[in-house]
Amino acid sequence: MRTVYLDNNATTMVAREVLEEMLPFFHDYYGNPSSMHSFGGQVGRKLTEARQKVASLIGADPEEIIFTSCGTESDNTAIMSALANNPGKNHIITSRVEHPAVKVLCEHLAQKGYRVTALSVDTEGKLDMDEYEASLTPDTAIVSIMWANNETGVIFPVEEAARLARERGICFHTDAVQAVGKIPIDMKSNTIDMLSLSGHKLHAPKGVGVLYIRKGTRFSPFLIGGHQEKGRRGGTENVPGIIALGKACELAAANMGKENTHVRALRDRLETELLNAIPQSRVNGTRNERLPNTTNISFEFIEGESILLLMDQYGICASSGSACTSGSLQPSHVLRAMGVPYTMSHGSVRFSLSVYNTDEDIDLVVKELPPIIEKLRVLSPYWATTQGACATA
Amino acid sequence: MWEYTDKVREHFLNPKNAGEIENPDGVAEVGSIACGDALKLSFKLDENKRIADAKFKTFGCASAIASASALTEMLKGKTVEEAMKITNQDIADYLGGLPPEKMHCSVLGQEALEKAIENYRGVSHKKPEEEIVCVCFGVTDGEIERAVRQNHLTTVEEVTNYTKAGGGCGNCHEKIQAIIDRVYATKRPEEGPAERPKLSNIQKIRMIEETIDREIRPSLKHDGGDIELVDVVGNRVLVAMRGACATCQASQATMKGFVEWRLKEFVSPELVVEEVAS
Repeated sequence: MRTVYLDNNATTMVAREVLEEMLPFFHDYYGNPSSMHSFGGQVGRKLTEARQKVASLIGADPEEIIFTSCGTESDNTAIMSALANNPGKNHIITSRVEHPAVKVLCEHLAQKGYRVTALSVDTEGKLDMDEYEASLTPDTAIVSIMWANNETGVIFPVEEAARLARERGICFHTDAVQAVGKIPIDMKSNTIDMLSLSGHKLHAPKGVGVLYIRKGTRFSPFLIGGHQEKGRRGGTENVPGIIALGKACELAAANMGKENTHVRALRDRLETELLNAIPQSRVNGTRNERLPNTTNISFEFIEGESILLLMDQYGICASSGSACTSGSLQPSHVLRAMGVPYTMSHGSVRFSLSVYNTDEDIDLVVKELPPIIEKLRVLSPYWATTQGACATA
Repeated sequence: MWEYTDKVREHFLNPKNAGEIENPDGVAEVGSIACGDALKLSFKLDENKRIADAKFKTFGCASAIASASALTEMLKGKTVEEAMKITNQDIADYLGGLPPEKMHCSVLGQEALEKAIENYRGVSHKKPEEEIVCVCFGVTDGEIERAVRQNHLTTVEEVTNYTKAGGGCGNCHEKIQAIIDRVYATKRPEEGPAERPKLSNIQKIRMIEETIDREIRPSLKHDGGDIELVDVVGNRVLVAMRGACATCQASQATMKGFVEWRLKEFVSPELVVEEVAS
């Protein structure tokens, strides 16, 4: 059975070119870049090249790039560094819809005594910028707000938010794991102090991430050890992963146009055709300020895990914000923050595309999903009663 | 991804008895859309008062659908009295087991069955003064207590897996723990050892320790003695006597007549206590 992979916000396929680029560094060129001999030194030069490529994708200076092990490490490093460098300040601003890498850390810090403001979002998943501005205080040590939401694809105005923070001398961090490679980012034209990205979300392998730190930003390392990354992140570099990430960033830069044409067109077709074919379905999150690859659709009166497992029969891969799939007993915190009603939130499905998706992929979903929804609705005790109520109303 | 058995997958992909029975003899709806799963169960009896047909409608995940499908299959041909004996564990067993986090799906089935039978008998199911413990999922102290007793749950996490209670904001965890403690402090007489489900080794050892702490050690200490749990091998409980007990002539009688009797009562009737030198 063919796999139709529409779960690219979870992870992505390592691109063929990326794989080829990294493979020699396992068996042939396995040297340690810190070594004095030229066998290791040649590896060090490849790291420099990779750093250059990553910096280039986001309009940064190579010195502003620190390689880490993942997005979560980058997020934790950024927030803990800002707190360490603002010892007198006790306030953190974040949003209610952050990835657990930021959300759970902030909850943990709240238990340790920090005051945490988690900004709310409206029913379209958008931030209230007035609420944000009002929450900035002289006591604020750091603002950490994601660039784009992993579940809905909604893009936040982080550059504007960073400007407001800068005016008050407050450090600004953004988790840009879902945004990098999908929308253009230029760190030279904004005032964001720190930015996290993750390799496996843009066709590099798992186990490599980046923390961008703007020149002049005070920084305290999270992993203390060797002199790697200029003492800003101890630990022997994940050489193949970093080289892969460099190549992946080069590809992402080349594919940026395709994200906004090919991928966007496929996503829009998928969304439109599903909404047309399936009654009582709706898109979660604003449809304007949104990543071109993501759509989050709710199908009323049925449950997400059942939808995913039935799609799995056809090789279709997607995610859900339902309770049964979120690892807890409640639907996704993002959909709850948006006030999506329970009748809708349990039946939400996120499709996230990549440049490797084709029209045939979309054809298959549009053909197979409507009968799946129908089958589950016939089983649902709520569907019939609602239909009856509608008929008599 | 959940590790479902083939039987769960089979009942999810091709559910048996989906739908509603017209003019049913018994019908009930449990759960809610806010909680993420709901089940409507209806059944009809034949002239011999056996269940001729049972149907379900489920809003929920794969294991909720499979549990409901399994339950309707199990019901067919049974008298109401026989049906009443079906427990959530029976539903899970029929499916070859459920992941621990999904046991609440089988509990939902048992609840629906009980309410449908109450509906058939015309009994109002008003429970005396039950207090809602878990506000997020609307679970009462009575429901938690019953799940703890029936399934021998010993931790808050297990209670959450079986009833969902405590799976939301988490503010009720202390109350749930208090219910667990209460259940093991006072066992109801009708909950005799014979009906107790099989224990895992971990559960057994934990319960033996708790019983020794609560029921046995205080009495021994009163006489200047003490007891130490050395090991548990199958149903053999190896203990060492300490203090005054170690030299007391009556310790063998204490061992059999008191320690073993208590452990049989509170943990498992199969247990045999042996004294070891250590």
